[in-house]
Amino acid sequence: MSMDLNDIRAWYTLVLFVTFIGIWAWAWSGKRKARFDEAARLPLEEPETPRTDKNKGDHHE
Amino acid sequence: MDTADTYNYKVVRQFAVMTIVWGIVGMAVGVYIAAELVWPQLNFDIPWLTFSRLRPLHTNAVIFAFGGSALFATSYYVVQRTCQTRLFSDGLAAFTFWGWQLIIVLAAVTLPLGITSSKEYAELEWPIDLLIAVVWVAYAIVFFGTIVKRKVSHIYVANWFYGAFILTIAVLHIFNNLEVPVSLTKSYSIYPGAIDAMVQWWYGHNAVGFFLTAGFLGMMYYFIPKQANRPVYSYRLSVVHFWALISTYIWAGPHHLHYTALPDWAQSLGMVFSLILLAPSWGGMINGMMTLSGAWHKLRDDPILKFLIVSLSFYGMSTFEGPMMSIKTVNSLSHFTDWTIGHVHSGALGWVGLVSIGSIYFLIPKLFGKERMYSVKAMETHFWIATVGIVLYIASMWISGVMQGLMWRAVNDDGTLTYSFVESLKAMYPYYFVRFLGGTLFLTGMFIMAWNAWKTISGATPAAATATQSA
Repeated sequence: MSMDLNDIRAWYTLVLFVTFIGIWAWAWSGKRKARFDEAARLPLEEPETPRTDKNKGDHHE
Repeated sequence: MDTADTYNYKVVRQFAVMTIVWGIVGMAVGVYIAAELVWPQLNFDIPWLTFSRLRPLHTNAVIFAFGGSALFATSYYVVQRTCQTRLFSDGLAAFTFWGWQLIIVLAAVTLPLGITSSKEYAELEWPIDLLIAVVWVAYAIVFFGTIVKRKVSHIYVANWFYGAFILTIAVLHIFNNLEVPVSLTKSYSIYPGAIDAMVQWWYGHNAVGFFLTAGFLGMMYYFIPKQANRPVYSYRLSVVHFWALISTYIWAGPHHLHYTALPDWAQSLGMVFSLILLAPSWGGMINGMMTLSGAWHKLRDDPILKFLIVSLSFYGMSTFEGPMMSIKTVNSLSHFTDWTIGHVHSGALGWVGLVSIGSIYFLIPKLFGKERMYSVKAMETHFWIATVGIVLYIASMWISGVMQGLMWRAVNDDGTLTYSFVESLKAMYPYYFVRFLGGTLFLTGMFIMAWNAWKTISGATPAAATATQSA
């Protein structure tokens, strides 16, 4: 059986759907919690002037 | 003075002020053409004053001049603050400001002259299209360049929405405006027939989805937490919200082409994806609203929060109404009627208008080094006038639209039409007047805003400290 264009479209749709479920699972995983909590506070803890240090200020890790 | 130790607020100030100016211009044109529908003699038989030429001027002015300026202003502010670094390039940022203003002026000249490619929301002719593409690419370079040089590791969710908006609009604009010029002022689309219609509404609905939604959701994710002084309700929901919204919106365009030459399967696909859109839309709305959970009292005396939160209510309403109207059988009643106009304005005035106004009220004092807006009372008045205006506008258009749809489809026993078109037009008269009234109220609010902003910027001492305390 050979693949035609519509098979590719069907598979592509399926891949996108699975990817979306993957993103959902990734976002809801407990490991992300601390990092997300920190990100959510970005607008509240921003300085009034740009940071001058060269490095990207990093969270935990 | 242009050093890395400060943020570039100059371009933000320019766009913030022009948001108010273009808001007044675009809405005034809207009120004028609403008046023309009540009193048709208002076109004075002058071609460039006719409804057909002013209507695209109104839509372009409110979407791209008012909405666009608000998006430029807030995105430049938010991306600098949340990346904790100055804009990537001051020169390019200034270029986007002056380029965008030039585009708006060119639109204001060419559209009344009747120079148009006739694609809805993409009426501007090819030389202006090219200029838009150049300015937009510069915008993308400034925005993404700033993200690349950010000083924090995380890219805050508001920037994801702004980024998706900038990227998608570039793609949509370029592909929908592929055209063959035949003169300086006339071009023809390269797409034939039904394909042209599909490309147009792929563009058209994603102008709604990415320009009028994703960009303004960027505002929501920054200014609501900021004004409420609380982090967004659920950050992980915002991640899922983002991916769900952008991957669904792109498919919804065919709902503009129900019962046309577009293949049936494409129409059904557009309908199904429009229905699915309810989920990410409401997920986002709930995320914004619940940010206030436990702090609802702040709504009572904070007009900026009122603007922001009520904008979300209108967002929720119109994103429920939209999927419903995309259902083929509902669409067979609503299409070509004023119901569509009501739906659009519940999104445009209610969601886009109020969230922009709230964000600009937040920005003006900060950008001009003031404690707060000159008059908190005037902001409160603006809020109520605008809200009443929206309700009058959308309620009148709902009634008028459903009535139109019912009158047009009514048939007698022998199969003839029950009503002539003119009879339906006559029935719409009172509602057109109420719509004019609603629009006038909303515009009045913008004048109050302009006065308040002028007083704030020119440094007048806040009217009454007591008013701010008790308001």
